[in-house]
Amino acid sequence: MYQLLKQVAETGIVTERPPQPDEALRTIEQRLGGAILAHFGRALAIRHIDAGSCNGCELEIHAMNSPYYNLERLGMRFAASPRHADLLLVTGPVSRNMQVALRRTWEATPDPKLVVAIGDCGCSGGIFGESYASCGRVSNVIPVDVAVPGCPPAPIAIMQGILTAISDARGR
Amino acid sequence: MRLSELPLEVEALPGAMPAFRVTIPATELRELCEQARARKARLVALWGSDETRRGDGYALHLALAFPSGLLWTEVPLPEAEPVYPGVADIYPAANRMQRATADLLGIAPSADADQRKWLRHGAWPEGVFPLRKDFDAAHRSEPGEDRYPFVPVEGEGVHEIPVGPVHAGTIEPGHFRFSIVGEKILRLEERLGYKHKGIEKRFEGMSLEEGAKLAGRVSGDSAVAYAWAYAMAVEGAAGCEPPARALALRGVLLELERIANHLGDLGYLGNDVALSFGFFQFWRLKEDLLRTNARLFGHRYLMDAIVPGGVATDLEQHKADELLEHLANIECEVVTLRSIYDEHAGTQDRFIMTGQVLPELAERMGLTGLAARASGIARDLRVDYAFPPYRALDPRAASHTRGDVAARASVRFDEVFESMRLLRSLVPQLPAGEIRYPLEEPAPGARGVGWVEGWRGEVFVALETEEGGRVHRLHPHDPSWQNWPLLEHAVHNNIIPDFPLINKSFNLSYSGVDL
Repeated sequence: MYQLLKQVAETGIVTERPPQPDEALRTIEQRLGGAILAHFGRALAIRHIDAGSCNGCELEIHAMNSPYYNLERLGMRFAASPRHADLLLVTGPVSRNMQVALRRTWEATPDPKLVVAIGDCGCSGGIFGESYASCGRVSNVIPVDVAVPGCPPAPIAIMQGILTAISDARGR
Repeated sequence: MRLSELPLEVEALPGAMPAFRVTIPATELRELCEQARARKARLVALWGSDETRRGDGYALHLALAFPSGLLWTEVPLPEAEPVYPGVADIYPAANRMQRATADLLGIAPSADADQRKWLRHGAWPEGVFPLRKDFDAAHRSEPGEDRYPFVPVEGEGVHEIPVGPVHAGTIEPGHFRFSIVGEKILRLEERLGYKHKGIEKRFEGMSLEEGAKLAGRVSGDSAVAYAWAYAMAVEGAAGCEPPARALALRGVLLELERIANHLGDLGYLGNDVALSFGFFQFWRLKEDLLRTNARLFGHRYLMDAIVPGGVATDLEQHKADELLEHLANIECEVVTLRSIYDEHAGTQDRFIMTGQVLPELAERMGLTGLAARASGIARDLRVDYAFPPYRALDPRAASHTRGDVAARASVRFDEVFESMRLLRSLVPQLPAGEIRYPLEEPAPGARGVGWVEGWRGEVFVALETEEGGRVHRLHPHDPSWQNWPLLEHAVHNNIIPDFPLINKSFNLSYSGVDL
């Protein structure tokens, strides 16, 4: 136990400053009002859905929980069920074998809700494109508010995407 | 030439790994597999191809690993009735590979074999085969019903828990059907294929240059292993050997990928037994390493760093020094963290005897990679075939015999330290010279194999080219094909709350097998 506490003390706090929202990441006009977004901003439940990625984007979503980024300090946490979620974080391309599951998960998420598509594949279908097996970009299957490009996007860029989705561009 | 293990005339394939090729009729397939099995050869991959445009019907392909090298066996099948005798009773791992081949190509094992579908859900109808050459990749079908015949378990007090494809955590999609009594798992049946995004069809007709990028994205956590295996296959087909400096740098990249993944998994293993301290510490170290990767090689996960003919980025002297210094810091912290894990009673209580795969079962079912090394099978391509640059480094395979979560954690720790040792030898002595040679266009019908020990296990790539230096058929093979069925055994008689921990201790790829 002593060794563990010593390691904690020696590590100290490594958390870095969060990024600012970037309006360029929005794919459609802000749909939700300032009052709702203000609530989201304090306690946002995120549900991640891998709709067919190569697993690269998932690595960066995991990394967002590392102490450098420490997502929870911003009032954001990952929920285990879409029924508890305010925001869906979707990686893709959406495989045709996941099309129904993604649609159902989106329907199971209560309104008001937000969707952030992650990665080049989530934004455009990426290297996998559209085919007999791939629906391509996430917005081909469910409405997307914010899309974060990158292969994979760094944790800071994913955070920026989430912060953009919950920021009130109209109220500023 | 003759294969040293069997009385078989084979043709040597050029390339970095010892590999041979043979064509046999379907009637001799089972006999070959039985003899191979008796000589301790294991099944690395099974796939199919459409040769109808050459007027050759279809073909079934098997890659068998003998001590002397890899045997690529081709079995021509007639266009009218592409049926072969199944080999899943000889090599259990062949079961899902045979079913996937049937879904994609309509090449089916004979009636006595498991005929259930595997990769085909509702995205394309029965009787349509996406990997046939006359199938248009842009073809769309209306999503159909997906009725999959799960094995029902009956009896007093038995109930089912269906989980997925969308999981509760940040994990790839797949379906797990648990049959349980109380909280004890009686049976687990996996259903995968949700991520099938047509990777093999996408490869068809691609230039060899473009293909490198796609290969690195078959399973994003193994970008280096796949890119290397792909490059090795292309170089074999083109008859080109990359410069020595590039080979050494590939070794550096592969070991960095291994360390980063092991650090992440060790963190999650702590997290899954409520030792969140472990998660935060290991993910801090992993993040440090990823940032170093980005600084030195331009990408956090080293994607696109390996290209056919060599590598894309050099490591100059000052960067090499920085890397070594950084690795020494990480190693020092991992030593501390290992002793904390080892002495933490709660962690060890959850790790030990959980999710056990005994060596006998592992051998019979064909377990591979790091999970096999935790179950007494000390196989590692870096050691067994010592492909360059490993030949000069005398790598050692980690091993453990208990086959439980603790053993798989222990193998990860050992491999982190061994990779650190390899890097300490490799980095200061990088051979001088170029990092990439131009590639000559391979002749149509040229073949190459890539075979690399990634962090999860052996990643295999089989390539055949067509006119214009393009891909005729490329099969990328993930070790998870072999290991997923063992997870079903590992969880047997464990309690359901331990499933996430056991699953994490294997950390298998979904994307790599769904293709």
